[in-house]
Amino acid sequence: MIEIKGIYKSFGENEVLKNISARFLPGKNSLIIGSSGSGKTTLLKCIVGLHEPTRGEVLYDGENFTEMDFEARVPIRKQIGMLFQNSALFDSMNVEKNIMFPLDLFTDMTRAEKIDRANFCLEKVNLKGKNKLFPAELSGGMKKRVGIARAISMQPKYLFVDEPNSGLDPKTAILIDDLISEITEEYQTTTVIVTHDMNSVMGIGDHVVFLHNGEKWWEGTNHEIAHTDNKALNEFVFASKFMQAARAKL
Amino acid sequence: MFYSFGRYILLLRLSFRKPEKFSVYWAEVMREMVSQGVGSLGIIAIISVFIGAVAAIQVAFQLVSPLVPREIVGSISRDSTILEFSPTISALVLAGRIGSSIASQIGTMRVTEQIDALEIMGVNTPGYLISPKIIAGVTMIPLLVIVSVVLGLTGGYIACVVSRDIAPTDFIVGLQNGFNPVIVTVCAVKSVAFGFIITSVCSYFGFYTTGGALEVGQSATKGVVFSCIWILFGDLVISSLLL
Repeated sequence: MIEIKGIYKSFGENEVLKNISARFLPGKNSLIIGSSGSGKTTLLKCIVGLHEPTRGEVLYDGENFTEMDFEARVPIRKQIGMLFQNSALFDSMNVEKNIMFPLDLFTDMTRAEKIDRANFCLEKVNLKGKNKLFPAELSGGMKKRVGIARAISMQPKYLFVDEPNSGLDPKTAILIDDLISEITEEYQTTTVIVTHDMNSVMGIGDHVVFLHNGEKWWEGTNHEIAHTDNKALNEFVFASKFMQAARAKL
Repeated sequence: MFYSFGRYILLLRLSFRKPEKFSVYWAEVMREMVSQGVGSLGIIAIISVFIGAVAAIQVAFQLVSPLVPREIVGSISRDSTILEFSPTISALVLAGRIGSSIASQIGTMRVTEQIDALEIMGVNTPGYLISPKIIAGVTMIPLLVIVSVVLGLTGGYIACVVSRDIAPTDFIVGLQNGFNPVIVTVCAVKSVAFGFIITSVCSYFGFYTTGGALEVGQSATKGVVFSCIWILFGDLVISSLLL
């Protein structure tokens, strides 16, 4: 379980996050949603330690991650898998080496075992046989899937996903969502997803945190969203005519 | 300026932390050695031959006098090639070739979140990205300078053969006359120092790139410019201390 308590984050005078607290449970897809500039990605970066919160705490299974130094964080970081918005695959390595990279650094597996693991992860994301391709040869959707394969190669306990569907067609986006959801359920990972894609929210949002102007305005499940009277959330979720029509049918 | 210098020192300290796995770092060092060393051999060979030839022709032109022995052209060419042309001019050229490549490579990794991905995995990113480049720089740049010295003197010899201002035998005799080994020490110290400056300064600018493609280009430019300035300053300091 990941718990964040009273997170504040400022960049100079600009206060981006204000007093955000939440709990993210294992085996659940927790979605952080909000409009552009609401602080979603900053919050995610504070949780994983890419940004240091100005105030507040991030607890991984009760351990205070915020107070730890680099060395102390390494054991927790080995249990973290993350998919970045642009996949962040290493350009100089092929797909197989990208997936094997954390295994090379942090395990004593033999080369054959590492290749087996890479093949297993690629099969999991439906990219069997694409081992030798380089990131430049992959489509956006394939890059995301390789990113997921790399994220799960160390069998993470915590999975973080930043805008998994940005730049993808709706069919591929659903495929990626289903894949993340399947991994969360199968490995019981604590999964935190940052998105503003309402299909993702309605499809896999077991737990949804809505940010507005850097503050937490609403928290609940995807089923509860349709019936909320939170004005800002309603304006965000039902901005499109399609969503308004869908709500009317409920 | 003090802020940047402090950040540079801290980055260097982080770069030489204990590696997560020695074999992975070693593979990176080897890759960098090939990239920096073998990759720069062509340009170093070309500039060294030409600079050596030009140096011999210009010295011969300035010392045309019945009072000056003809062999002196070889001696002056040797000393100026070993002391200045090979280490310093090569370093300035390598700052453009290796330095810009390092700054843009690390800068691109920064803006495309590849460095964030490494950090999330628990990798000491300065150590993994920068230390192999510095190790490769301080080993391969001195080797390139040795090649440059040999080819520079060869260029001088070729110039004598072609121009016929100086007899090639006089040039060879001049190369052997009055050789002071300290110039080799100075050359070695300079090349190691310049290797360190090029790789560390350009890594620093690449590592702290923010923004996008435009800023990556700016980081590469800054890296090369600052490397050149520090090379020239280092050249002055080392020459005044060791000569």
